[in-house]
Amino acid sequence: MLTFIVRRVAIIVPTLIFVSILIFGLQNLLPGDPAIILAGEDRHPDVVAYLHEKLHLDEPFPVRYYYWMRGVLHGDLGESMRMQKPVLELIVEKLPVTLELAAFAILIALCIGIPAGVVSAVKRDTPWDYGANVVALWGLSTPNFWLGIMLILLFSVTLGWLPASGFVSPFEDWRANLAALVMPAFVLGNAIAAVLMRHTRSAMLQVMSSDYVRTARAKGLPESRVVLKHALRNALIPVITLGALELGTLLSGAVLTEQVFSIPGFGKLIVDAVFNRDYAVVQGVVLFTATAYIVLNLVADILYVVVNPRIRFA
Amino acid sequence: MAAVADTVSIAAPPVAPAAAPRAHPLRRLLRRRFAAVGLLIIVIFVVLALFAPFVAPYDPLATSWSAIRKAPSAAHWFGTDEIGRDVLSRVIYGARASLLAGLVSVLISLSIGVPLGLLAGYAGGATDMLISRATDAVLACPFLILAIALAAFLGPSLTNAMIAIGISATPVFVRLTRGQTLAVKAEEFILAARAIGNPPWRIALRHVLPNIVPALIVQATLAIAAAVIAEASLSFLGLGQQPPAPSWGSMLNTAKNYIDNAPWMAVWPGLSIFALVLSFNLVGDGLRDALDPRQI
Repeated sequence: MLTFIVRRVAIIVPTLIFVSILIFGLQNLLPGDPAIILAGEDRHPDVVAYLHEKLHLDEPFPVRYYYWMRGVLHGDLGESMRMQKPVLELIVEKLPVTLELAAFAILIALCIGIPAGVVSAVKRDTPWDYGANVVALWGLSTPNFWLGIMLILLFSVTLGWLPASGFVSPFEDWRANLAALVMPAFVLGNAIAAVLMRHTRSAMLQVMSSDYVRTARAKGLPESRVVLKHALRNALIPVITLGALELGTLLSGAVLTEQVFSIPGFGKLIVDAVFNRDYAVVQGVVLFTATAYIVLNLVADILYVVVNPRIRFA
Repeated sequence: MAAVADTVSIAAPPVAPAAAPRAHPLRRLLRRRFAAVGLLIIVIFVVLALFAPFVAPYDPLATSWSAIRKAPSAAHWFGTDEIGRDVLSRVIYGARASLLAGLVSVLISLSIGVPLGLLAGYAGGATDMLISRATDAVLACPFLILAIALAAFLGPSLTNAMIAIGISATPVFVRLTRGQTLAVKAEEFILAARAIGNPPWRIALRHVLPNIVPALIVQATLAIAAAVIAEASLSFLGLGQQPPAPSWGSMLNTAKNYIDNAPWMAVWPGLSIFALVLSFNLVGDGLRDALDPRQI
């Protein structure tokens, strides 16, 4: 088990190095002198000179990368030109909002995706199955920013039940916080529910034809117990790992969802940074996101081994 | 004998209209009803995009101060936008940006991903390790976030959005090609090709590549669906097609500001994205079944 974890952690190190090179290399895509672009609209010569020195722009790429990476390893992701704040501070400030949104989205995705997958597998080739598949295809094909706009039209503009945009901290008013997050969380959870439904369906179909399910039925257990206790518990194991891969969808989706509902989270931070040409923030957010994604997938891989006795004791 | 034959034919269970063995893949695809519907919708969008100047009732850029935010009517079937442009005409022209982005970005992904995947799978060793780690690194960056970052550094335009989407989607093709190459490489006909002295590049291109094309076609179809959504997303954020040129994503971006008094501005571009993406997903799923050798 320990060997597995050590080996798995060792594999992510070169991936993280490649990610950092890739993200640092983005700066080289800027046409012309990066210092002039980073200096903003004023392009004050002093600022340009300061940036040249600070970013070691006169040095070759590997040396610049070394300095940047050394800063990153010490928690220095650079400074926001627009907000005059360290990038890490901005990320830490915005992260809780996105995490809360993501947590609600995952909850909604689990509540829709897993039951739909189970019903679809148990009632295979019936209208239930077709219905669940149509819902999954709908979830996969609907652009979430459009779904967000349509929900605003229905629940905010027409019915007036929910606020169209904005965010209230749960510590200030938890009811207002919930009301503000219901629609964005549904929008974000919708696409992931579709993927979870498909994974659950195929895992359940595989498990339902296994010997121990036949044995459970032969013992005379009620079908609901066979499905929920014997089949689902085993089917959920691969769903954990495959579900973890959807974290990327969640983070990408958060960018658009936060933009539609004007939620001041992580996604809005990167979009605002793009328009403010605040490239240090863009780089910092991408690096942070990629690292979080890699680490969360590592955790999912380890969890998979922990919850699966066949691998744990192999 | 005839009586026996009759009995047999009467007793035989009703045969489903299954595809004949070795039927042409396109015929097998069209026998799948959902895939056939998807293909029909794609064809309609392609025709609309190609013949937009003849089909669109108005110039998509022509403004009319007397027709600002008019609800759908006989004159403007999909209504008009905030500066009096015809929404239907803009939706028809917008199909061009979406289809172009879908096709070009997937072509970019294929042209980078397939050679790299072939190289990694066929050469193995340090080359494979290097390409695989680089692929993992790009895969680690969530698709849209990487595309946003690339589009931000390259500058906002439809061309740069297509490049950004193409690069972000490349790792999937590298992984797929590598995996398929490794599987095909172990086949006996590859051993035979090597035994008669074919150089590695010839084996990779003439013997391995044709065998992995079906898997690539399926993935490419599904990738077009993802690219259409990605282009719409980037345009929605202002990083794709720039105004006033019509694009479904940028139309939605404007529409969200007028949702309370002109909802039609948001309905039609969104429905168009949904229909096109759904169609590519249906065709992709259908192709997966139609090209699966186990289905033959």
